[in-house]
Amino acid sequence: MTGAARAVAALGAALRGRIASLGDFTRFFGRLLARSGIALSRPRLVSQQVHFIGNYSLLIVAVSGMFVGFVLGLQGYYTLNRYGSEDALGLLVALSLTRELGPVVTALLFAGRAGTSLTAEIGLMKAGEQLAAMEVMAVDPLRRVLAPRFWGGVIAMPILAAVFSMVGILGGWFVGVRMIGVDAGSFWSQMQSGVDVWNDVFNGIVKSVVFGVAVTLIALYEGWQARPTPEGVARATTRTVVAGSLSVLGLDFLLTALMFGN
Amino acid sequence: MSREKTDFWVGLFVLLGAAAVVFLALKAGNLSSFSFGSRYTLTANFDNIGGLKVRAPVKSAGVTVGRVSGIAFDDQTFQAVVSLDIEQPYAFPADSSAKILTSGLLGEQYIGIEPGGDDKNFAQGDKIRYTQSAVVLENLISQFLYGMADKQGGAAPPAAGPEPQPAAP
Repeated sequence: MTGAARAVAALGAALRGRIASLGDFTRFFGRLLARSGIALSRPRLVSQQVHFIGNYSLLIVAVSGMFVGFVLGLQGYYTLNRYGSEDALGLLVALSLTRELGPVVTALLFAGRAGTSLTAEIGLMKAGEQLAAMEVMAVDPLRRVLAPRFWGGVIAMPILAAVFSMVGILGGWFVGVRMIGVDAGSFWSQMQSGVDVWNDVFNGIVKSVVFGVAVTLIALYEGWQARPTPEGVARATTRTVVAGSLSVLGLDFLLTALMFGN
Repeated sequence: MSREKTDFWVGLFVLLGAAAVVFLALKAGNLSSFSFGSRYTLTANFDNIGGLKVRAPVKSAGVTVGRVSGIAFDDQTFQAVVSLDIEQPYAFPADSSAKILTSGLLGEQYIGIEPGGDDKNFAQGDKIRYTQSAVVLENLISQFLYGMADKQGGAAPPAAGPEPQPAAP
């Protein structure tokens, strides 16, 4: 009897813990936004973070984009060729990249490449009591350390996604037109007649901004909440990748249903 | 790394992002086919518009002169009402006709304007009176089949006599 009651209590505690951490997360987001004025008053702090988060992620994003474009070119040609419509290869590559693959794959890479480094950095600052030392000196660490990193990530992510899509389309062009021999004119003209600037390109950019907010926020929150031990930082870094990737995929489904659902 | 160097790389990164967005909009997207000049609207009623979509091109002699801006259904005449945005420098005589055509065998559908011979030109809000509906493949096939059946029905009885006829499709 007591065992069963204990099990029920454990279930209740787990649920309560989930809800409480969701509330914590939302309050963290609100406090971060409230302290974001520093992004305007000291823009150099943000630009340093754009450099750290964006420029250093550029190589992996561009190379991944290129290979995704190559594979889309090959696989798309294989399928379209069965229906004799390989002229639509450009349209297929561009639509898949601008609508889905560009934002999503970039956000997954972003969580792995930039999100982990943010979590580890914040977590180690906390473990080394640097954040506490700042508070002693009446410097708000949320304002001075976290807010610039947040805005750096939010700015860098759409740029990375746009670069990913561009490099991917060029990769698809290279494989489709240069290697396989699809007609260059129909490759580009089908793409231009089928890709709408608002429906496809702009919505893809909106997606990448949302993913940038989600991944950066999760990374900072995990670092901020990490237990100040080596093991705690390691766990927080793992959680950043898992929670960040899953929330990107879940949000992508929601956004796709909202944007392209009808 | 020094401040100036960081700034330079960040600036380059942002420029690259802007270039990528411009590439996506102009080279991959259809922004280059948007025109921001002034335009006027015409309407046309069709019995059947087939697969015509909003933003489909309006062409005359193969040149794009405007876009379809809206498609509605009129439940008094049971016809489709299509509004066309025609770019300003292009003018058409008031007895021009509009057809729904298909680019290629299975390509997208567009509206072709055939100029007439009237002295007056269309003005804002005018209606194109002479229209020709889209060719629907199913109707075409059934016409063809019935035409065949009629022909066979006319020729067969004297030759085949009382033999049982194969069922017409």
